[in-house]
Amino acid sequence: MNEPLLRFDTVSKTFGSETGGVRAARSVNFALHSGRALAIVGESGSGKTTCARMAMLEYLPTSGRVLFKGEPTAGRRGRDLATYRQAVQMIFQDPFASLNPAHTIAYHLKRTLRLHRPDIRSADLDAAVFEQLAGVKLDPAIVAPKYPHELSGGQRQRVNIARALAARPQVLVADEPTSMLDVSVRLGVLNLLNEMKAARNLGLLYITHDIATARYVAEDIAVMYSGQIVEWGDCGAVIDNPQHPYTKLLLSAVPDPACRFSDAASRIDPGAVEAVRRIAAKDQSEVVTAGENHFVLAV
Amino acid sequence: MSDALLSVRNLTIDYIGAETDFRAVDDVSFDVAPGEVFGLAGESGCGKSTIAFAVSRLHGPPALIRKGSEIRLAGRDVLGLDKRALADFRWREVAMVFQSAMNSLNPVLRIEEQFYDVLRTHTGCTRKEARDRTAEMLTLVDIRPERMRDYPHQFSGGMRQRIVIAICMALDPKLVVMDEPTTALDVVVQREILQRIDELRRQRGFSVLFITHDLGLMVQFCDRIGVMLSGRMVEQGPSEAIFRTPRHDYTKRLWASFPSLKGGVLG
Repeated sequence: MNEPLLRFDTVSKTFGSETGGVRAARSVNFALHSGRALAIVGESGSGKTTCARMAMLEYLPTSGRVLFKGEPTAGRRGRDLATYRQAVQMIFQDPFASLNPAHTIAYHLKRTLRLHRPDIRSADLDAAVFEQLAGVKLDPAIVAPKYPHELSGGQRQRVNIARALAARPQVLVADEPTSMLDVSVRLGVLNLLNEMKAARNLGLLYITHDIATARYVAEDIAVMYSGQIVEWGDCGAVIDNPQHPYTKLLLSAVPDPACRFSDAASRIDPGAVEAVRRIAAKDQSEVVTAGENHFVLAV
Repeated sequence: MSDALLSVRNLTIDYIGAETDFRAVDDVSFDVAPGEVFGLAGESGCGKSTIAFAVSRLHGPPALIRKGSEIRLAGRDVLGLDKRALADFRWREVAMVFQSAMNSLNPVLRIEEQFYDVLRTHTGCTRKEARDRTAEMLTLVDIRPERMRDYPHQFSGGMRQRIVIAICMALDPKLVVMDEPTTALDVVVQREILQRIDELRRQRGFSVLFITHDLGLMVQFCDRIGVMLSGRMVEQGPSEAIFRTPRHDYTKRLWASFPSLKGGVLG
């Protein structure tokens, strides 16, 4: 495949001291390509958000490199950093906390446009705001003059997407973009992300704890546990034919209306859960190839 | 049904506003049999938590339960309980677990102390008796009894949630109301906890009123389900039927909002 937009090359991140600290990311490798979505799936504390923040250059890796189009991102300053921030935009989990309550929606979008789109003249800003809102299927005339508290969670998340897209990014990092939304509006937001990815050839880094939505959104998947990516590759291949004990455990715990708790066969053995956690937490660098685009850490 | 443990009839609850009232629960009726797990499904704002509050008599102004509403637990008129009867009714008859229950433990008290609090208030037991009961209850939720000497911050979120469930069951209540009890937890931990509750209710025979927005999870855990939409219960039936043959259009649409592991959506 051609040069990835974003690549993590043996990236590790330790919080606290080098020896006794928390190893939030351990030798993480992945590549995000344009026009594709990569889902990083893991439970809380697995390191998925740490990876998202390193992709945003909010955290610097303790070791390893984050590469953007083959260029190292470490040490970017001034205009270099601004260019990166324009090219890599983020959508946050909490649609209620990520908009400024004191400003209108139009203000939020104008600010992004002024910062990242010097090609748009001041006189054309209003029209550009309308265009961005229409792009995420919000009625611009209604939404633009409103304040965040006047919108629903789903509408706010669409505004966040519009704001991110207004910078004309190449990469979109979405950290649990739907986990705080009502179930009936979640798919709409995910569909929107997918449409935007296809229409603008974006690379979408989709961070989630919900492996079923990962399948819905992403072509590629990386399953994280305890800072390590334990299994990765084609989303369908990994989910249909999981190899790592943690991936198997995770998949067996996903709510499935077809298997009842009263059915003994569908139960998880709590003793086995501990064993899997111990295996998955071990440092492991040996990789086994499970299929054409399907890899798993040796156990 | 006369043999129901919990019987809710024509429950109507308004939130009283300055100009207009908001009808949060509109003429809802359902029964929960002894030992049964009954699920209330629906999105935020549909009234499911308001029902949970009313059943445990935790509602307060501006919520107003309209005349004609009836909630009976084991034959007792819940809405008519006076203060004294209410104190006895809570924990002994009905216990509650909420989404953020794991944060409801007192951070400066040892776990043991928090069990003692509940047990002494309701049974007047001694320290020694309370300690034995605590050990028994912690074992039930797969936590080593010697950890009763620890403080809440020494446990993970899932363990804290299990501790709250253990406290809830310490007085052998007839009904446990669980409002999104595992929503803040990871799926593996969620499964471990709910599986355990499922075993316990089979052993001990309590009923569960289970509330979640996750329909898939609800079908796995519940015997019967009521689907709520803007205060009304639009469909009620056995879990299998809600999953395989949903009748109401809203139930069908709700299913279609859940992505499936096999690709596409569940509905």
